Amino acid sequence: MKKDSKNSMSLNRREFLKSGSGIALFIGASGLFPVLVSCSENKKINEQLEKHRVSAWVKLSEDGELIIYNPASEMGQGSMTSLPLIFAEEMDADWSKVRVEFSPQESDMYGSPGWSPDTKMMFTVGSRTTNSYFSTMRKAGAQARFILLNSAAQHWNVPVAELTSSASVITHEKTGKEISYGELVPFLVLPDAIPDFSEEQLKQVKDFRLIGKTVPRTEIPAKVDGTAQFAIDVRLPNMVYGVLERGNLHGSKPSLLNEPEILELEGVIKIVPFDYAIGIIANNLELALKAKSLLKIDWSTSQATGFNSEEIYDDYEKIANRTEKGSIVSEKGDFSNSLKSASKIYTADFKNDYVYHAQLEPLNSVIQVSEDLQHAEVWVGSQQGFDTKLGVPGVLGIPPENVNVHLQFLGGGFGRRSMSDFVEECAVLAKEVAPKPVKLIWTREDDLRYGTYRPQSLQRITAAVDADGTIAGFSHVVVGDGGNLVASGVDNSHYAIKNQLAEWRETTHGIRLKHWRSVGHGPNKFAIESMIDEIAFDQKIDPVVLRRNLMKEAPKALATLEKVVEISNWNAPLPEGRAKGISFVEHGSLGTGVCEISVDRNTGKIKVHHFWIALDAGIIVQPDNVKAQMEGGIMMGISSVLSERISIVNGQIQQSNFNDYSLLRMEDIPDSIEISLLESTNHPEGVGETATPMVGGAIANAFLKLTGKHLRHMPFTPERVLEALRS
Amino acid sequence: MAAYKLEINNQTHDVNVEKGTSLLWVLREHLGLTGTKYGCGIAQCGACTIHIDGNPMKACVLSVDDFSDGQKITTIEGLSKDGDHPVQQAWIEKQAPQCGYCHSGQIMQAVALLEANPTPSRDEIKAFMNGNLCRCGTYLRIIEAIEMAGKTIAAK
Repeated sequence: MKKDSKNSMSLNRREFLKSGSGIALFIGASGLFPVLVSCSENKKINEQLEKHRVSAWVKLSEDGELIIYNPASEMGQGSMTSLPLIFAEEMDADWSKVRVEFSPQESDMYGSPGWSPDTKMMFTVGSRTTNSYFSTMRKAGAQARFILLNSAAQHWNVPVAELTSSASVITHEKTGKEISYGELVPFLVLPDAIPDFSEEQLKQVKDFRLIGKTVPRTEIPAKVDGTAQFAIDVRLPNMVYGVLERGNLHGSKPSLLNEPEILELEGVIKIVPFDYAIGIIANNLELALKAKSLLKIDWSTSQATGFNSEEIYDDYEKIANRTEKGSIVSEKGDFSNSLKSASKIYTADFKNDYVYHAQLEPLNSVIQVSEDLQHAEVWVGSQQGFDTKLGVPGVLGIPPENVNVHLQFLGGGFGRRSMSDFVEECAVLAKEVAPKPVKLIWTREDDLRYGTYRPQSLQRITAAVDADGTIAGFSHVVVGDGGNLVASGVDNSHYAIKNQLAEWRETTHGIRLKHWRSVGHGPNKFAIESMIDEIAFDQKIDPVVLRRNLMKEAPKALATLEKVVEISNWNAPLPEGRAKGISFVEHGSLGTGVCEISVDRNTGKIKVHHFWIALDAGIIVQPDNVKAQMEGGIMMGISSVLSERISIVNGQIQQSNFNDYSLLRMEDIPDSIEISLLESTNHPEGVGETATPMVGGAIANAFLKLTGKHLRHMPFTPERVLEALRS
Repeated sequence: MAAYKLEINNQTHDVNVEKGTSLLWVLREHLGLTGTKYGCGIAQCGACTIHIDGNPMKACVLSVDDFSDGQKITTIEGLSKDGDHPVQQAWIEKQAPQCGYCHSGQIMQAVALLEANPTPSRDEIKAFMNGNLCRCGTYLRIIEAIEMAGKTIAAK
């Protein structure tokens, strides 16, 4: 396959070591000896690799060019810049000479310990990439610099302590000598030992030259001229195409009724039955799609048969009414006791419909299985997984090391691409026609209907308020399917409420579910933040004042509140028909958001005019990129809060494409989104999922202020808004 | 199968495909012009926006049969030699893309807008760009990039 230099191709280990000239600087993990070998000596490198479990983060050439490897997926969140930038910071590399490529997908070499100690995973989920790789990349960068400085010291025969480095140049001030990293390549030597740098030995925040500065993202030029390669763009010689018909009832099993007729169609190579689908392999995509459209299939009933998503809320209310508790997610104090001493008890139910990822690149992958069925090459846009080889070894019954994953850019992830169902499907097809490569494409309809949704849920919030207005107790019952998928985000640890209880009550409907950006935080923060404002409204307290009291023991959270009050000019009067609403979210980073809305009382359409966010995310590696994440998170929030909805009738998904599953379009965006990033020297926290869950609460709270009415069912469609106005 | 002659990016391409094949599959899967993206197949997302004789159109709903008569087809690959069209430059300057998947289509739509009107108002931009979805939510940066590119174009 053609390798475009603008494209960051992933390489397998062998290619990786063969490619280019120069020196590969392999910096070992803690306590391991570093290895330094010329890239032309493949044998030697391989021997070293066999001996040492090493990580190779950088390749340095004599012309000064550096390639730094990114171990994380790039789905628009900026890892292709942020992780190499952290490395380059400690290495004191000249960023203008840096090229970034995906690292090989080998978790023992490139995994992050961020999930649990003593494990290594390549898993770009949960807004944890920068957070989990920050220390790893800094230490490795510092070790690379250590080797360079020691080599220069030896070369010049001067003490290493007298050397300084900046932008890929080492200087010995006493003699006025200078040498660039590239020029130093022929003189590189390995020190006897290499320190395992502790945090204290790394740079101080004030000394950062790259982190926290405005650095353009490395992959953007390729994204404006059409050369950025997504998996769906991969074309290989002799490639054939695969499509699957998965029906429109999750869990249903197909019986194909017209196999002979399909097999006779032009271009059809093979029919491949799955438990839940009928697969077709054809010579080209249009013939595969045509054959798919002609399939006659008898579908079995399934657990989802008879399920109606709108009607099920009655059941959810009954489940919430039960006296016996569900699984306790968190508990402090004694909530039931706080009810007894309360002067007023507030209770409300909040509802959330299913939502769909709608990443703009439909699921797809390209897999080539070797003729002996013992090896596989996989091209995929994946958020990776617990299994870095994405289920392919299991499908083919081969060891993981025989599977080589070429990570491509992701046309959106949002949690959908951390599940490997689509990769496994492609492996099944590719095995059938080995050694021909197969490109599997899900149509948009496939992607939507056989989607994995954020679960439908009901939140029952009950708050006990004392005579002096103190919220003394807060109970949060989540009803829905999917455990953490519905229960994440119930945490209220930033609010000084003495008695708290959060529990999850299980339901199950046989509908496919998955993490969707911010997971349970979207629905749960909507419910929590709405209840806070409901109390404030009823007690005639400014919602900011109430939150200020609640955050008295959480200074970092409070700082985001005060900042957003300032930048949104919270107390300034607004034009007639406008109102502001506020909402707080913790998701690693802490953020408080304010929106300004108006409502068309005839159509029921809500318009968000402005959004403001103050965010504390610890050290900010790329400020402009963090702002982009906030902007995008708010847009996705507005989209999901105002219009996105999957509805299910008798198990059948009622939407099919963007004509009936409506995403936010440009005419409905706010005029501005203003972001303030609070300064911090703390370890970086994730930013990808903090903005989205602010939106539901902020809009509902602005609506309450504007109309005195409650919006308690997401999405706030015009019909529901009109209904609320009539209530 | 039928033979077609297509004028794409000032080059003539010969293809043999089924009658009625969508121009999108011809461009992407038969000719390897993969900068034009598939997003929905029903002209709802704009990821496949190309120019036909200078007009922005959604390739996914166009049949190859109707565009092999000498019409000039332009894709993102043919927009500029080195990615240096003022719109592309502004896109980089404003760091507009996130995942980037929709941006070929966004750029082609924006170029068509600015060719007709280099100084569009915000409302005109929103109306003209409304058919192009961006799931990452980069809309504000797209607007800023269009305004920036418009100024460059108007100054020429």
